[in-house]
Amino acid sequence: MKLKKSAILLVSSLIVTSFMTLSTAAEEPEYSNSVDWNKFRDRNVTLNVYNWGEYISVDDGENLYDTNREFEELTGIKVNYTNFASNEELYAKLKNGGSSYDIIIPSDYMIARMINEDMLEKLDFSNIPNYSLIMDKFKGIDYDPTEEYSVPYMWGMVGIIYNTTLVDPEDDVYSWSILWNEKYANNILMFSNSRDAFAIACKYLGYSMNTTDEQELRNAAAALTNQKLLVQAYVMDEIFDKMTGGEAALAPYYAGDAITMIGDNPDLAYAVPREGTNLFVDAMCIPKGAKNKEAAEMYINFMCETKTALHNCEYIGYSTPQSEVSEYLDPELATNPIAYPDEATLENTEAFIALPDDTTKLMDELWTSILTANSSAPWTIPVFLIACLGASICINVTRARKKKRGN
Amino acid sequence: MRKITSKIYIAVVFIFLYAPIFVLIANSFNESKSRTVWTGFTFDWYSKLFHNEVILKSLLNTLIVAAVASIISTILGTAAAIGIYNMKKITRALVINITYIPIMNSEMVTGVSLMLLFVALNIDLGFMTLIFAHITFCVPYVILNVLPKLRQMNRSLYDAALDLGCNPLQAFRHVVIPEIMPGIVSGFLMSLTYSIDDFVISYFTHGSTSQTLPITIYSMTRRKVSPEVNALSAIIFIVVLAILLIMNLTDIKRSSAKKRAKGVRAE
Amino acid sequence: MNKKSKLAAAPYLLWMIVFIIVPLLLIAVFAFTTTATCDADGNVLSEEELAEYLAECEENEVEPVLTEKNIFTFQNILDVSKYSTVLVNSAWLALIATAICLVIAYPLAYMISRMFYSRQKLALMLVMLPMWMNFLLRTYAWMTLLERNGLINKFFGLFGIGPFNMINTQGAVVLGMIYNYLPFMILPLYSVMTKIDDRTIEAAQDLGANGWQVISRVVMPLSMPGVASGITMVFVPSVSTFIISRMLGGGTNMLIGDLIDLQFLGNAYNPNLGAAISLVLMVFIFLCMSITNQLDNEDMEGVLL
Repeated sequence: MKLKKSAILLVSSLIVTSFMTLSTAAEEPEYSNSVDWNKFRDRNVTLNVYNWGEYISVDDGENLYDTNREFEELTGIKVNYTNFASNEELYAKLKNGGSSYDIIIPSDYMIARMINEDMLEKLDFSNIPNYSLIMDKFKGIDYDPTEEYSVPYMWGMVGIIYNTTLVDPEDDVYSWSILWNEKYANNILMFSNSRDAFAIACKYLGYSMNTTDEQELRNAAAALTNQKLLVQAYVMDEIFDKMTGGEAALAPYYAGDAITMIGDNPDLAYAVPREGTNLFVDAMCIPKGAKNKEAAEMYINFMCETKTALHNCEYIGYSTPQSEVSEYLDPELATNPIAYPDEATLENTEAFIALPDDTTKLMDELWTSILTANSSAPWTIPVFLIACLGASICINVTRARKKKRGN
Repeated sequence: MRKITSKIYIAVVFIFLYAPIFVLIANSFNESKSRTVWTGFTFDWYSKLFHNEVILKSLLNTLIVAAVASIISTILGTAAAIGIYNMKKITRALVINITYIPIMNSEMVTGVSLMLLFVALNIDLGFMTLIFAHITFCVPYVILNVLPKLRQMNRSLYDAALDLGCNPLQAFRHVVIPEIMPGIVSGFLMSLTYSIDDFVISYFTHGSTSQTLPITIYSMTRRKVSPEVNALSAIIFIVVLAILLIMNLTDIKRSSAKKRAKGVRAE
Repeated sequence: MNKKSKLAAAPYLLWMIVFIIVPLLLIAVFAFTTTATCDADGNVLSEEELAEYLAECEENEVEPVLTEKNIFTFQNILDVSKYSTVLVNSAWLALIATAICLVIAYPLAYMISRMFYSRQKLALMLVMLPMWMNFLLRTYAWMTLLERNGLINKFFGLFGIGPFNMINTQGAVVLGMIYNYLPFMILPLYSVMTKIDDRTIEAAQDLGANGWQVISRVVMPLSMPGVASGITMVFVPSVSTFIISRMLGGGTNMLIGDLIDLQFLGNAYNPNLGAAISLVLMVFIFLCMSITNQLDNEDMEGVLL
């Protein structure tokens, strides 16, 4: 696994740098003059940015840095910012056609799939000089081996977020098996996208999360079907509200978001299961047919600016691949083991790779059937049919009687 | 006794209908962002609403789409109703039955089918497609409101106008239009409200730049609905309530005046 | 008006063909096609042939040349039957919601129709007012009410009862349907009941009918058309809803609407299957409607004229 090794190297070096700069959190950086930011000013350019929910710094009253507003002020380009909830949703939206986006931020395996299906534009890196600020370990990874299509935005891993007041301290949160513990029936939230859900089931069963073995996938699906009886809801970003509101005890989610949630509700905690977990990289890409490619590249370059990356990183809590951020990062976040875990944890991670079409299709099918396999009693079908029959008999009888009376 | 039970029953149903709306409005005054914890009274969300570009932009989009779609559908629908009225019985039945499809069919299927059409025609999803889609589900309401008025109209009125020297266009303008006006107005109002409120069809036919308010609210419900939206809906609630009350009052006044007039005449 | 005024409908007829008929045909086209892998000449390859060809290419170290083509198939429609439980479940929940709506709305509509005129208008207005509020927000507000730490449980908590598990259950989904579509049941019922003359009821009473007989022999038969249109107006949107189940049912009770959304803009992209499910849903809805239309045959003929 090339990616795995590079990830470990990268993080160990990152930890070293972040510790070195711990006490010297410098003043706020300024925007560089790496490109002519005014190139598109007054040209009435609008960029359609399609990103994950809660994945950029916004002005919410407490945090005052609004990434898109800063970009608009700096360049005079308007940003039209919309959200998707999962990679698969992004894929469907693009594949379906009809919508035009200039910048999208999918995860590693989805980027590989999109490259395969010729859905991404090649980037012109001369317009993205800040690419040099991205740590080398994040360049040319498996999903984009030739470094042509993507610029890494954030990285992180998946873990279990749990409510310490609802989870028995005797129970082992450092294992995926807690998500199958019947004690927590109706207290578990689960990913609503197939890839993340299957990854957890695979790890729980001791498989690789990139398995292409049909039997292993079917076993994972069976495990997920069993789990369904315990699951309160299948969610993506709804999790923020539900976990901070104490609606559920356990939920697997992304580390960066765990930091945000713990900030909102101190009862929450985060654990990385020892069976291993997923290490992901989300990267910025330009989809085929983008109308303002050069302006989009300027946006990507802007996102790699130290100042921008710093604020985004601090706001969303994910870990950044930008090399200069660590000098300025709030020491509390820079040493937070959730965002920057130790080497042993990282060694135990696996990155998603693009699966063959057949496997993806099988996984989608299995996932749909898991979600639709109803726990409703089998008598619903007969009852339903009888009800239909009864209704039609009733109607016919009353009509016949009415006619008779009429005659 | 029976009166009391019926009053209690009506009260219970209305509590059921208004409980969530009360929660919505209460939350727009809640200092905390939390939905269930009350920390104090504030007007902050109302002032913040007027600085929230995303919400204001989508509100504007909603109003533009609704206005354009309902005006076009009113014109298209009124003309269609007149044409349909003059058709032969079989063609008329056929056209009316097809017109019923968007009303009867599940919104979901209509939305999906329109999306497939726009994608097949290679039209970028955006304002244009949104307006087309909204017209498509609004026109039937206009037609179904205008047709009965045409049927009620006395045909000889039009002929009389012609006899008295009007050309067909004049007769149409001065005789037919006033007769069917109530139908046109109610068709327009129905289109307007359906268009403003529509989510499902817009969900399938909107583009990245043409988010309407329901779409924006939808993307918020996937994370957390900001209290600014609650503030906006409280304002909408008050405005609609005011309009309805005024309409209601004038209606009652008018009808009681009519009754009185009738009474006078009867005497 | 003369024969020429038929032409006024021409723009609409064009519109109708392009935006009503063609889209429905497109659904049918999508439902009966699938993308097949073909060789360079456009001949459809079976799975074995494809594997064979790819192996051959690898052996000879040449790039495989493959094309794609849409072919006619029944497979999508057959695949839908895999999800028949979803259809049944949706229909079942929608049926329960419709029945409860009818039970709630019938007495209410009757009571409203027997009020003073000015009161009637006010009550009717209060019934319609919630519909002007965005339905997503109202459903979201139900989340606030039903959650484990929600307002209803907090209220019960004051008396030391609960907490009850209400959100993310089938019951919550049904409640969402009832809540959102109840006005659609009240309005048509009210409009037929208000046409029932008080004197008809009085006449029945004078002729010796008791309270129940007045309802069953006079009011009910006269209100049948309203019942039929109310049932249609509640059942159709309930059976195909796709947000209510996600917000109040937690995605564990998937309905047919969610399944369609999943195929087009959701986590399992497959527009052909999505179109097939839509087609089945459409046929199902029109079948159900042909049943409810029986309830007020006379009335429908008037409309279809």
